[in-house]
Amino acid sequence: MISLEAIKNAVQSWLQLHIGGTLALVAESILLGILVITLFAVLGLLLVFMERKVSAVMQIRLGPNRVGPKGWLQTSADTLKLMLKEGLTPDGADRFLFNLAPFMIMIAAMLIMAPIAFAKNFQIWDINIGVLYISSVASISVIAILMAGWSSNNKYSLLGAMRSGAQIISYELSAGVAVITMIILTGSLSVNDIIASQENGWWIFKGHIPAIIAFIIFMIAVTAETNRAPFDLAEAESELTAGFHTEYSGMKFALFFLAEYINIFIVCAVAAILFLGGWMPLHIGNWQAFNHVMDYIPSSIWFFGKTFLLIGLIMWFRWTFPRLRIDQLLNLEWKYLLPISLLNMLLMTIVAILKWYL
Amino acid sequence: MSIKQYIQDVFNAIKSLLKGMRVTGYYFFHPKEIITEQYPDNKATLKLADRFKGEVVMLHDENNEHACTGCTACELACPNGTIKIITQFDITPGGKKKKALNTFVYHLELCTMCNLCVEACPTGAIVMAQNFEHSVYDRKQLTKTLNKPGSKLRAGIE
Ligand code: SF4
Ligand code: SF4
Repeated sequence: MISLEAIKNAVQSWLQLHIGGTLALVAESILLGILVITLFAVLGLLLVFMERKVSAVMQIRLGPNRVGPKGWLQTSADTLKLMLKEGLTPDGADRFLFNLAPFMIMIAAMLIMAPIAFAKNFQIWDINIGVLYISSVASISVIAILMAGWSSNNKYSLLGAMRSGAQIISYELSAGVAVITMIILTGSLSVNDIIASQENGWWIFKGHIPAIIAFIIFMIAVTAETNRAPFDLAEAESELTAGFHTEYSGMKFALFFLAEYINIFIVCAVAAILFLGGWMPLHIGNWQAFNHVMDYIPSSIWFFGKTFLLIGLIMWFRWTFPRLRIDQLLNLEWKYLLPISLLNMLLMTIVAILKWYL
Repeated sequence: MSIKQYIQDVFNAIKSLLKGMRVTGYYFFHPKEIITEQYPDNKATLKLADRFKGEVVMLHDENNEHACTGCTACELACPNGTIKIITQFDITPGGKKKKALNTFVYHLELCTMCNLCVEACPTGAIVMAQNFEHSVYDRKQLTKTLNKPGSKLRAGIE
Protein backbone atom coordinates (compact mmCIF):
# COMPACT_ATOMS: atom_id res chain seq x y z
CA MET A 1 0.00 0.00 0.00
CA ILE A 2 1.47 3.35 -1.06
CA SER A 3 0.86 5.93 1.59
CA LEU A 4 1.26 9.68 1.26
CA GLU A 5 4.01 9.43 3.83
CA ALA A 6 6.02 7.04 1.67
CA ILE A 7 5.69 9.28 -1.38
CA LYS A 8 6.80 12.27 0.67
CA ASN A 9 9.82 10.44 2.01
CA ALA A 10 10.80 9.17 -1.45
CA VAL A 11 10.60 12.65 -2.97
CA GLN A 12 12.49 14.13 -0.05
CA SER A 13 15.36 11.66 -0.22
CA TRP A 14 15.53 11.93 -4.01
CA LEU A 15 15.84 15.69 -3.76
CA GLN A 16 18.45 15.46 -1.02
CA LEU A 17 20.45 13.01 -3.11
CA HIS A 18 20.36 14.86 -6.41
CA ILE A 19 20.24 18.53 -5.44
CA GLY A 20 21.12 18.57 -1.80
CA GLY A 21 21.10 21.16 0.96
CA THR A 22 19.42 24.51 0.60
CA LEU A 23 18.37 23.97 -3.01
CA ALA A 24 16.45 20.87 -2.04
CA LEU A 25 14.59 22.93 0.55
CA VAL A 26 13.73 25.56 -2.08
CA ALA A 27 12.56 22.86 -4.48
CA GLU A 28 10.46 21.32 -1.76
CA SER A 29 8.84 24.66 -0.98
CA ILE A 30 8.00 25.23 -4.62
CA LEU A 31 6.59 21.72 -4.85
CA LEU A 32 4.48 22.36 -1.78
CA GLY A 33 3.16 25.60 -3.22
CA ILE A 34 2.12 23.82 -6.39
CA LEU A 35 0.51 21.05 -4.36
CA VAL A 36 -1.50 23.48 -2.26
CA ILE A 37 -2.68 25.40 -5.31
CA THR A 38 -3.69 22.15 -7.02
CA LEU A 39 -5.52 21.06 -3.91
CA PHE A 40 -7.36 24.38 -3.88
CA ALA A 41 -8.37 24.08 -7.50
CA VAL A 42 -9.56 20.50 -7.12
CA LEU A 43 -11.37 21.26 -3.89
CA GLY A 44 -13.04 24.29 -5.43
CA LEU A 45 -14.32 22.35 -8.41
CA LEU A 46 -15.39 19.40 -6.30
CA LEU A 47 -17.08 21.32 -3.49
CA VAL A 48 -19.00 23.66 -5.77
CA PHE A 49 -20.27 20.71 -7.73
CA MET A 50 -21.07 18.82 -4.57
CA GLU A 51 -22.95 21.77 -3.15
CA ARG A 52 -25.03 22.18 -6.28
CA LYS A 53 -25.90 18.51 -6.39
CA VAL A 54 -26.63 18.24 -2.68
CA SER A 55 -28.78 21.34 -2.70
CA ALA A 56 -30.63 20.04 -5.72
CA VAL A 57 -31.48 16.71 -4.17
CA MET A 58 -32.50 18.33 -0.90
CA GLN A 59 -34.86 20.62 -2.79
CA ILE A 60 -36.15 17.70 -4.89
CA ARG A 61 -34.55 18.98 -8.09
CA LEU A 62 -31.95 17.48 -10.39
CA GLY A 63 -29.21 20.10 -10.35
CA PRO A 64 -26.61 20.48 -13.11
CA ASN A 65 -26.96 17.58 -15.54
CA ARG A 66 -26.09 18.85 -19.01
CA VAL A 67 -22.34 19.52 -19.20
CA GLY A 68 -20.48 16.24 -19.25
CA PRO A 69 -21.76 12.98 -17.81
CA LYS A 70 -24.35 13.78 -15.12
CA GLY A 71 -23.14 17.38 -15.12
CA TRP A 72 -19.69 16.55 -13.78
CA LEU A 73 -17.99 19.12 -16.03
CA GLN A 74 -20.34 21.93 -15.04
CA THR A 75 -17.99 23.55 -12.55
CA SER A 76 -15.04 23.30 -14.96
CA ALA A 77 -17.12 25.06 -17.58
CA ASP A 78 -18.05 27.73 -15.05
CA THR A 79 -14.39 28.23 -14.15
CA LEU A 80 -13.47 28.60 -17.80
CA LYS A 81 -16.21 31.20 -18.19
CA LEU A 82 -14.99 33.13 -15.14
CA MET A 83 -11.41 33.09 -16.41
CA LEU A 84 -12.43 34.52 -19.76
CA LYS A 85 -14.41 37.33 -18.19
CA GLU A 86 -13.03 40.78 -17.66
CA GLY A 87 -12.10 41.68 -14.09
CA LEU A 88 -13.57 45.16 -13.79
CA THR A 89 -12.43 47.72 -11.26
CA PRO A 90 -15.25 50.20 -10.70
CA ASP A 91 -14.72 53.93 -11.00
CA GLY A 92 -14.12 55.57 -7.65
CA ALA A 93 -12.93 52.35 -6.05
CA ASP A 94 -9.71 52.28 -4.10
CA ARG A 95 -7.79 50.45 -6.81
CA PHE A 96 -4.99 49.11 -4.67
CA LEU A 97 -7.11 47.72 -1.85
CA PHE A 98 -9.78 46.55 -4.27
CA ASN A 99 -7.34 44.41 -6.19
CA LEU A 100 -5.48 43.26 -3.12
CA ALA A 101 -8.48 41.94 -1.20
CA PRO A 102 -9.15 38.75 -3.21
CA PHE A 103 -5.50 37.74 -2.93
CA MET A 104 -5.47 38.52 0.75
CA ILE A 105 -8.35 36.17 1.39
CA MET A 106 -6.66 33.42 -0.60
CA ILE A 107 -3.36 33.91 1.19
CA ALA A 108 -5.10 33.58 4.54
CA ALA A 109 -6.69 30.34 3.37
CA MET A 110 -3.35 29.04 2.08
CA LEU A 111 -1.50 29.82 5.29
CA ILE A 112 -3.96 27.78 7.31
CA MET A 113 -3.07 24.71 5.28
CA ALA A 114 0.37 24.62 6.93
CA PRO A 115 -0.34 22.83 10.22
CA ILE A 116 -3.16 20.59 8.98
CA ALA A 117 -2.23 16.92 8.96
CA PHE A 118 -3.67 15.31 5.84
CA ALA A 119 -2.41 11.84 6.63
CA LYS A 120 -0.08 10.08 9.02
CA ASN A 121 3.18 12.07 9.07
CA PHE A 122 1.99 14.14 6.15
CA GLN A 123 1.88 17.73 7.22
CA ILE A 124 3.50 20.85 5.84
CA TRP A 125 4.62 22.35 9.11
CA ASP A 126 4.39 20.73 12.51
CA ILE A 127 4.33 23.64 14.95
CA ASN A 128 3.64 23.21 18.62
CA ILE A 129 0.91 25.88 18.58
CA GLY A 130 -0.92 24.54 15.52
CA VAL A 131 -4.47 25.17 16.68
CA LEU A 132 -3.70 28.66 17.95
CA TYR A 133 -2.01 29.40 14.62
CA ILE A 134 -5.07 28.25 12.70
CA SER A 135 -7.51 30.34 14.68
CA SER A 136 -5.37 33.44 14.50
CA VAL A 137 -4.60 33.21 10.78
CA ALA A 138 -8.25 32.46 10.05
CA SER A 139 -9.20 35.82 11.47
CA ILE A 140 -7.07 37.58 8.85
CA SER A 141 -9.77 36.83 6.32
CA VAL A 142 -12.08 39.33 8.02
CA ILE A 143 -9.59 42.05 7.13
CA ALA A 144 -9.78 41.01 3.49
CA ILE A 145 -13.55 41.11 3.60
CA LEU A 146 -13.59 44.56 5.19
CA MET A 147 -11.04 45.68 2.62
CA ALA A 148 -13.19 44.45 -0.25
CA GLY A 149 -16.30 46.06 1.14
CA TRP A 150 -14.68 49.39 1.92
CA SER A 151 -12.72 49.79 -1.28
CA SER A 152 -15.62 48.90 -3.59
CA ASN A 153 -17.24 52.32 -3.12
CA ASN A 154 -20.64 50.70 -2.95
CA LYS A 155 -23.03 50.87 -0.03
CA TYR A 156 -24.15 47.28 -0.36
CA SER A 157 -20.57 46.08 -0.26
CA LEU A 158 -19.85 48.20 2.78
CA LEU A 159 -22.95 46.97 4.60
CA GLY A 160 -22.10 43.39 3.78
CA ALA A 161 -18.54 43.83 4.97
CA MET A 162 -19.66 45.45 8.22
CA ARG A 163 -22.11 42.65 8.93
CA SER A 164 -19.43 40.15 8.14
CA GLY A 165 -17.00 41.85 10.48
CA ALA A 166 -19.47 41.91 13.36
CA GLN A 167 -20.38 38.32 12.72
CA ILE A 168 -16.88 36.86 12.42
CA ILE A 169 -15.59 38.70 15.46
CA SER A 170 -18.53 37.54 17.60
CA TYR A 171 -18.50 33.95 16.52
CA GLU A 172 -14.74 33.65 16.74
CA LEU A 173 -15.28 33.80 20.50
CA SER A 174 -17.45 30.76 20.86
CA ALA A 175 -15.45 28.85 18.27
CA GLY A 176 -12.35 29.69 20.25
CA VAL A 177 -13.92 28.61 23.54
CA ALA A 178 -15.04 25.34 21.94
CA VAL A 179 -11.48 24.76 20.77
CA ILE A 180 -10.11 25.54 24.23
CA THR A 181 -12.59 23.07 25.70
CA MET A 182 -10.95 20.36 23.66
CA ILE A 183 -7.47 21.65 24.39
CA ILE A 184 -8.20 21.13 28.09
CA LEU A 185 -8.44 17.44 27.32
CA THR A 186 -5.44 17.13 25.05
CA GLY A 187 -3.19 19.48 26.95
CA SER A 188 -1.37 20.45 23.79
CA LEU A 189 -1.93 22.89 20.94
CA SER A 190 0.06 20.85 18.44
CA VAL A 191 -2.07 19.20 15.79
CA ASN A 192 0.02 16.04 15.94
CA ASP A 193 -0.34 15.70 19.70
CA ILE A 194 -4.07 16.24 19.48
CA ILE A 195 -4.42 13.48 16.93
CA ALA A 196 -2.09 11.18 18.85
CA SER A 197 -4.17 11.63 22.02
CA GLN A 198 -7.15 10.10 20.21
CA GLU A 199 -5.44 6.82 19.55
CA ASN A 200 -7.79 4.88 21.83
CA GLY A 201 -10.96 6.62 20.68
CA TRP A 202 -12.05 9.96 19.27
CA TRP A 203 -12.68 12.81 21.65
CA ILE A 204 -16.30 13.09 20.67
CA PHE A 205 -16.81 9.60 22.15
CA LYS A 206 -14.29 9.84 24.97
CA GLY A 207 -15.17 13.35 26.13
CA HIS A 208 -18.77 12.58 27.10
CA ILE A 209 -21.41 15.32 27.01
CA PRO A 210 -19.09 18.35 27.15
CA ALA A 211 -17.31 17.18 24.01
CA ILE A 212 -20.59 16.76 22.16
CA ILE A 213 -21.79 20.20 23.23
CA ALA A 214 -18.45 21.67 22.20
CA PHE A 215 -18.75 19.95 18.83
CA ILE A 216 -22.21 21.37 18.22
CA ILE A 217 -21.13 24.85 19.25
CA PHE A 218 -18.02 24.63 17.11
CA MET A 219 -20.00 23.59 14.06
CA ILE A 220 -22.50 26.43 14.54
CA ALA A 221 -19.76 28.99 15.10
CA VAL A 222 -17.70 27.97 12.09
CA THR A 223 -20.76 28.00 9.87
CA ALA A 224 -21.15 31.61 10.92
CA GLU A 225 -17.47 32.32 10.47
CA THR A 226 -17.45 31.04 6.92
CA ASN A 227 -20.43 33.29 6.14
CA ARG A 228 -22.65 30.48 5.04
CA ALA A 229 -26.39 30.17 5.32
CA PRO A 230 -28.15 30.41 7.75
CA PHE A 231 -25.56 33.04 8.68
CA ASP A 232 -24.91 34.44 5.21
CA LEU A 233 -25.92 38.00 6.06
CA ALA A 234 -22.68 39.24 4.59
CA GLU A 235 -23.86 38.14 1.18
CA ALA A 236 -27.64 38.01 1.58
CA GLU A 237 -28.43 37.99 -2.13
CA SER A 238 -31.98 39.13 -1.54
CA GLU A 239 -30.96 42.21 0.47
CA LEU A 240 -27.45 43.24 -0.54
CA THR A 241 -27.16 41.74 -4.05
CA ALA A 242 -23.98 39.90 -3.08
CA GLY A 243 -22.58 41.79 -0.10
CA PHE A 244 -18.89 42.49 -0.02
CA HIS A 245 -18.12 41.00 -3.43
CA THR A 246 -20.89 42.80 -5.32
CA GLU A 247 -18.42 44.77 -7.42
CA TYR A 248 -16.09 41.92 -8.23
CA SER A 249 -16.19 40.12 -11.54
CA GLY A 250 -14.25 37.51 -13.44
CA MET A 251 -11.36 35.82 -11.71
CA LYS A 252 -11.36 38.21 -8.76
CA PHE A 253 -14.88 37.15 -7.94
CA ALA A 254 -13.84 33.54 -8.46
CA LEU A 255 -11.15 33.93 -5.81
CA PHE A 256 -13.73 35.03 -3.24
CA PHE A 257 -15.99 32.22 -4.24
CA LEU A 258 -13.15 29.74 -4.04
CA ALA A 259 -12.05 31.10 -0.66
CA GLU A 260 -15.52 30.42 0.73
CA TYR A 261 -15.29 26.76 -0.18
CA ILE A 262 -11.67 26.43 0.90
CA ASN A 263 -12.63 27.90 4.26
CA ILE A 264 -15.39 25.35 4.61
CA PHE A 265 -12.86 22.63 3.95
CA ILE A 266 -10.46 24.10 6.48
CA VAL A 267 -12.95 24.47 9.30
CA CYS A 268 -14.25 20.98 8.69
CA ALA A 269 -10.70 19.66 8.70
CA VAL A 270 -10.07 21.41 12.02
CA ALA A 271 -13.29 19.98 13.45
CA ALA A 272 -12.25 16.55 12.21
CA ILE A 273 -8.88 16.92 13.90
CA LEU A 274 -10.26 18.17 17.20
CA PHE A 275 -13.29 15.94 17.61
CA LEU A 276 -12.99 13.04 15.20
CA GLY A 277 -9.31 12.30 15.44
CA GLY A 278 -8.01 13.70 12.13
CA TRP A 279 -6.37 10.89 10.23
CA MET A 280 -6.65 8.53 13.20
CA PRO A 281 -8.66 5.43 12.24
CA LEU A 282 -11.64 4.49 14.36
CA HIS A 283 -10.15 2.87 17.42
CA ILE A 284 -12.15 1.57 20.35
CA GLY A 285 -10.27 1.34 23.64
CA ASN A 286 -8.19 -1.82 23.56
CA TRP A 287 -10.03 -4.00 21.11
CA GLN A 288 -6.77 -4.94 19.42
CA ALA A 289 -8.30 -6.96 16.57
CA PHE A 290 -10.85 -4.31 15.65
CA ASN A 291 -8.27 -1.53 15.80
CA HIS A 292 -5.96 -3.52 13.61
CA VAL A 293 -8.59 -3.99 10.91
CA MET A 294 -9.31 -0.27 10.95
CA ASP A 295 -5.63 0.47 10.48
CA TYR A 296 -5.73 -1.14 7.04
CA ILE A 297 -7.75 1.78 5.69
CA PRO A 298 -5.18 4.45 4.73
CA SER A 299 -5.03 7.44 7.02
CA SER A 300 -5.59 9.93 4.18
CA ILE A 301 -8.93 8.28 3.42
CA TRP A 302 -9.92 8.60 7.08
CA PHE A 303 -9.02 12.27 7.08
CA PHE A 304 -10.79 13.18 3.85
CA GLY A 305 -13.74 10.97 4.71
CA LYS A 306 -14.32 12.70 8.02
CA THR A 307 -13.80 16.13 6.53
CA PHE A 308 -16.26 15.52 3.73
CA LEU A 309 -18.77 14.11 6.17
CA LEU A 310 -18.63 17.37 8.11
CA ILE A 311 -18.80 19.39 4.91
CA GLY A 312 -21.95 17.45 4.10
CA LEU A 313 -23.33 18.42 7.50
CA ILE A 314 -22.65 22.11 6.85
CA MET A 315 -24.28 21.85 3.44
CA TRP A 316 -27.24 20.19 5.08
CA PHE A 317 -27.53 23.21 7.40
CA ARG A 318 -27.37 25.58 4.52
CA TRP A 319 -30.15 24.01 2.50
CA THR A 320 -32.48 23.57 5.45
CA PHE A 321 -32.43 26.69 7.57
CA PRO A 322 -33.67 30.18 6.71
CA ARG A 323 -31.34 33.15 7.10
CA LEU A 324 -31.20 34.94 10.47
CA ARG A 325 -31.66 38.66 10.94
CA ILE A 326 -28.63 40.57 12.19
CA ASP A 327 -30.11 41.08 15.68
CA GLN A 328 -31.07 37.42 15.91
CA LEU A 329 -27.59 36.52 14.82
CA LEU A 330 -25.93 38.55 17.53
CA ASN A 331 -28.49 37.41 20.10
CA LEU A 332 -27.72 33.83 19.29
CA GLU A 333 -24.04 34.38 19.85
CA TRP A 334 -24.00 36.60 22.92
CA LYS A 335 -27.05 35.28 24.75
CA TYR A 336 -26.87 31.60 23.94
CA LEU A 337 -23.69 30.24 22.38
CA LEU A 338 -21.16 32.16 24.45
CA PRO A 339 -22.66 31.51 27.93
CA ILE A 340 -23.32 27.89 27.06
CA SER A 341 -19.81 27.36 25.75
CA LEU A 342 -18.27 29.02 28.81
CA LEU A 343 -20.29 26.79 31.11
CA ASN A 344 -19.35 23.86 28.97
CA MET A 345 -15.70 24.74 29.33
CA LEU A 346 -16.11 24.73 33.11
CA LEU A 347 -17.79 21.34 32.92
CA MET A 348 -14.98 20.03 30.76
CA THR A 349 -12.41 21.28 33.24
CA ILE A 350 -14.15 19.30 35.98
CA VAL A 351 -14.22 16.23 33.76
CA ALA A 352 -10.54 16.67 32.99
CA ILE A 353 -9.53 17.19 36.62
CA LEU A 354 -11.49 14.17 37.81
CA LYS A 355 -10.18 12.16 34.84
CA TRP A 356 -13.64 10.95 33.86
CA TYR A 357 -12.58 10.48 30.27
CA LEU A 358 -10.82 7.36 29.09
CA MET B 1 -36.34 35.76 31.05
CA SER B 2 -36.19 33.02 33.64
CA ILE B 3 -33.63 30.27 33.57
CA LYS B 4 -36.32 27.72 32.88
CA GLN B 5 -37.55 29.70 29.91
CA TYR B 6 -33.98 30.02 28.65
CA ILE B 7 -33.31 26.30 28.72
CA GLN B 8 -36.69 25.62 27.19
CA ASP B 9 -35.88 28.03 24.36
CA VAL B 10 -32.65 26.24 23.61
CA PHE B 11 -34.31 22.84 23.51
CA ASN B 12 -37.24 24.05 21.42
CA ALA B 13 -34.85 25.64 18.95
CA ILE B 14 -32.83 22.46 18.62
CA LYS B 15 -35.99 20.42 18.24
CA SER B 16 -37.41 22.55 15.46
CA LEU B 17 -34.07 22.71 13.65
CA LEU B 18 -33.80 18.93 13.77
CA LYS B 19 -37.32 18.66 12.41
CA GLY B 20 -36.31 20.76 9.42
CA MET B 21 -33.17 18.74 8.90
CA ARG B 22 -35.20 15.56 8.93
CA VAL B 23 -37.25 16.77 5.98
CA THR B 24 -34.26 17.72 3.84
CA GLY B 25 -32.37 14.66 5.00
CA TYR B 26 -35.26 12.47 3.90
CA TYR B 27 -35.18 14.02 0.44
CA PHE B 28 -31.42 13.62 0.29
CA PHE B 29 -31.63 9.87 0.80
CA HIS B 30 -34.70 9.39 -1.38
CA PRO B 31 -33.71 10.72 -4.81
CA LYS B 32 -36.82 9.19 -6.33
CA GLU B 33 -38.77 12.06 -4.79
CA ILE B 34 -37.25 14.41 -7.37
CA ILE B 35 -40.02 16.10 -9.29
CA THR B 36 -38.00 17.80 -12.03
CA GLU B 37 -39.45 17.22 -15.52
CA GLN B 38 -36.70 17.19 -18.12
CA TYR B 39 -38.72 19.04 -20.76
CA PRO B 40 -38.34 18.87 -23.77
CA ASP B 41 -36.47 15.56 -23.55
CA ASN B 42 -39.50 13.85 -22.10
CA LYS B 43 -42.13 15.55 -24.22
CA ALA B 44 -43.91 12.27 -24.80
CA THR B 45 -44.15 11.28 -21.15
CA LEU B 46 -44.47 14.74 -19.63
CA LYS B 47 -46.62 14.68 -16.50
CA LEU B 48 -48.12 17.98 -15.41
CA ALA B 49 -49.57 18.69 -12.00
CA ASP B 50 -53.37 18.62 -11.89
CA ARG B 51 -53.58 22.26 -10.94
CA PHE B 52 -51.38 23.42 -13.79
CA LYS B 53 -53.25 25.84 -16.04
CA GLY B 54 -52.13 26.69 -19.56
CA GLU B 55 -55.01 28.39 -21.37
CA VAL B 56 -58.78 28.85 -21.39
CA VAL B 57 -60.71 26.64 -23.80
CA MET B 58 -64.39 26.21 -24.53
CA LEU B 59 -65.81 22.72 -24.40
CA HIS B 60 -67.58 21.45 -27.51
CA ASP B 61 -69.38 18.15 -27.79
CA GLU B 62 -69.51 15.86 -30.82
CA ASN B 63 -72.44 17.81 -32.34
CA ASN B 64 -70.30 20.92 -32.28
CA GLU B 65 -72.40 22.42 -29.54
CA HIS B 66 -71.16 24.37 -26.57
CA ALA B 67 -72.73 25.58 -23.36
CA CYS B 68 -72.01 29.30 -23.60
CA THR B 69 -75.09 31.49 -23.41
CA GLY B 70 -73.19 34.72 -23.99
CA CYS B 71 -74.04 36.03 -20.54
CA THR B 72 -70.65 37.89 -20.29
CA ALA B 73 -70.18 36.84 -16.66
CA CYS B 74 -66.66 35.66 -17.53
CA GLU B 75 -65.86 38.94 -19.25
CA LEU B 76 -66.87 40.82 -16.13
CA ALA B 77 -64.96 38.47 -13.85
CA CYS B 78 -61.69 38.73 -15.74
CA PRO B 79 -59.37 41.15 -13.90
CA ASN B 80 -57.41 42.17 -16.97
CA GLY B 81 -59.79 42.32 -19.88
CA THR B 82 -58.67 39.12 -21.52
CA ILE B 83 -62.13 38.08 -22.65
CA LYS B 84 -64.43 39.92 -25.03
CA ILE B 85 -67.86 38.42 -25.66
CA ILE B 86 -69.58 39.55 -28.84
CA THR B 87 -73.27 38.73 -28.77
CA GLN B 88 -75.98 38.61 -31.33
CA PHE B 89 -79.76 38.27 -31.20
CA ASP B 90 -81.26 35.02 -32.38
CA ILE B 91 -84.90 34.66 -33.23
CA THR B 92 -86.33 31.74 -31.33
CA PRO B 93 -88.91 29.45 -32.97
CA GLY B 94 -91.51 31.20 -30.86
CA GLY B 95 -90.67 34.44 -32.67
CA LYS B 96 -88.94 36.04 -29.72
CA LYS B 97 -85.54 37.72 -29.78
CA LYS B 98 -82.91 36.05 -27.64
CA LYS B 99 -79.33 37.02 -26.79
CA ALA B 100 -76.74 34.45 -27.91
CA LEU B 101 -72.99 34.13 -28.36
CA ASN B 102 -71.51 35.27 -31.63
CA THR B 103 -67.74 35.27 -30.93
CA PHE B 104 -65.79 34.49 -27.78
CA VAL B 105 -62.57 36.49 -28.18
CA TYR B 106 -59.74 35.39 -25.90
CA HIS B 107 -56.46 37.34 -25.66
CA LEU B 108 -54.03 34.71 -24.51
CA GLU B 109 -51.24 37.28 -24.23
CA LEU B 110 -53.16 39.07 -21.45
CA CYS B 111 -54.29 36.02 -19.53
CA THR B 112 -52.75 35.33 -16.13
CA MET B 113 -54.35 31.89 -15.77
CA CYS B 114 -56.16 33.00 -12.64
CA ASN B 115 -59.17 30.74 -13.23
CA LEU B 116 -61.68 33.45 -12.25
CA CYS B 117 -63.55 33.26 -15.53
CA VAL B 118 -64.03 29.52 -15.21
CA GLU B 119 -65.41 29.96 -11.74
CA ALA B 120 -67.71 32.75 -12.85
CA CYS B 121 -69.30 30.83 -15.69
CA PRO B 122 -72.80 29.68 -14.65
CA THR B 123 -73.02 26.92 -17.26
CA GLY B 124 -69.51 25.45 -17.14
CA ALA B 125 -68.87 26.33 -20.76
CA ILE B 126 -65.17 27.09 -20.36
CA VAL B 127 -62.34 25.24 -18.60
CA MET B 128 -58.60 25.60 -18.19
CA ALA B 129 -56.50 23.37 -20.46
CA GLN B 130 -52.92 22.30 -19.78
CA ASN B 131 -51.29 23.14 -23.09
CA PHE B 132 -48.40 25.53 -22.48
CA GLU B 133 -46.48 25.59 -25.76
CA HIS B 134 -47.87 28.92 -26.86
CA SER B 135 -44.92 30.62 -28.54
CA VAL B 136 -45.69 32.19 -31.91
CA TYR B 137 -43.89 34.67 -34.14
CA ASP B 138 -46.64 37.25 -34.23
CA ARG B 139 -48.62 38.20 -31.21
CA LYS B 140 -51.74 38.62 -33.32
CA GLN B 141 -51.89 34.86 -33.36
CA LEU B 142 -52.42 34.89 -29.61
CA THR B 143 -55.86 36.45 -29.99
CA LYS B 144 -58.11 33.45 -30.31
CA THR B 145 -61.74 32.73 -30.95
CA LEU B 146 -62.81 30.02 -28.58
CA ASN B 147 -66.15 29.02 -30.05
CA LYS B 148 -65.60 26.81 -33.07
CA PRO B 149 -67.02 27.98 -36.42
CA GLY B 150 -70.58 26.87 -36.93
CA SER B 151 -71.03 25.83 -33.33
CA LYS B 152 -74.21 26.62 -31.48
CA LEU B 153 -75.68 26.53 -28.04
CA ARG B 154 -76.61 23.12 -26.77
CA ALA B 155 -80.36 22.78 -26.43
CA GLY B 156 -81.77 23.15 -22.96
CA ILE B 157 -79.13 25.49 -21.54
CA GLU B 158 -80.34 28.84 -20.37
S1 SF4 C 1 -57.93 32.94 -16.44
FE1 SF4 C 1 -58.09 34.92 -15.43
S2 SF4 C 1 -56.97 36.30 -16.77
FE2 SF4 C 1 -57.35 34.45 -17.93
S3 SF4 C 1 -59.22 34.88 -19.05
FE3 SF4 C 1 -59.80 33.85 -17.14
S4 SF4 C 1 -60.24 35.50 -15.74
FE4 SF4 C 1 -59.08 36.38 -17.41
S1 SF4 D 1 -68.34 31.36 -21.11
FE1 SF4 D 1 -69.76 31.16 -19.43
S2 SF4 D 1 -69.62 33.10 -18.35
FE2 SF4 D 1 -68.64 33.42 -20.31
S3 SF4 D 1 -70.30 34.22 -21.61
FE3 SF4 D 1 -70.28 32.02 -21.90
S4 SF4 D 1 -71.76 31.24 -20.40
FE4 SF4 D 1 -71.29 33.34 -19.79
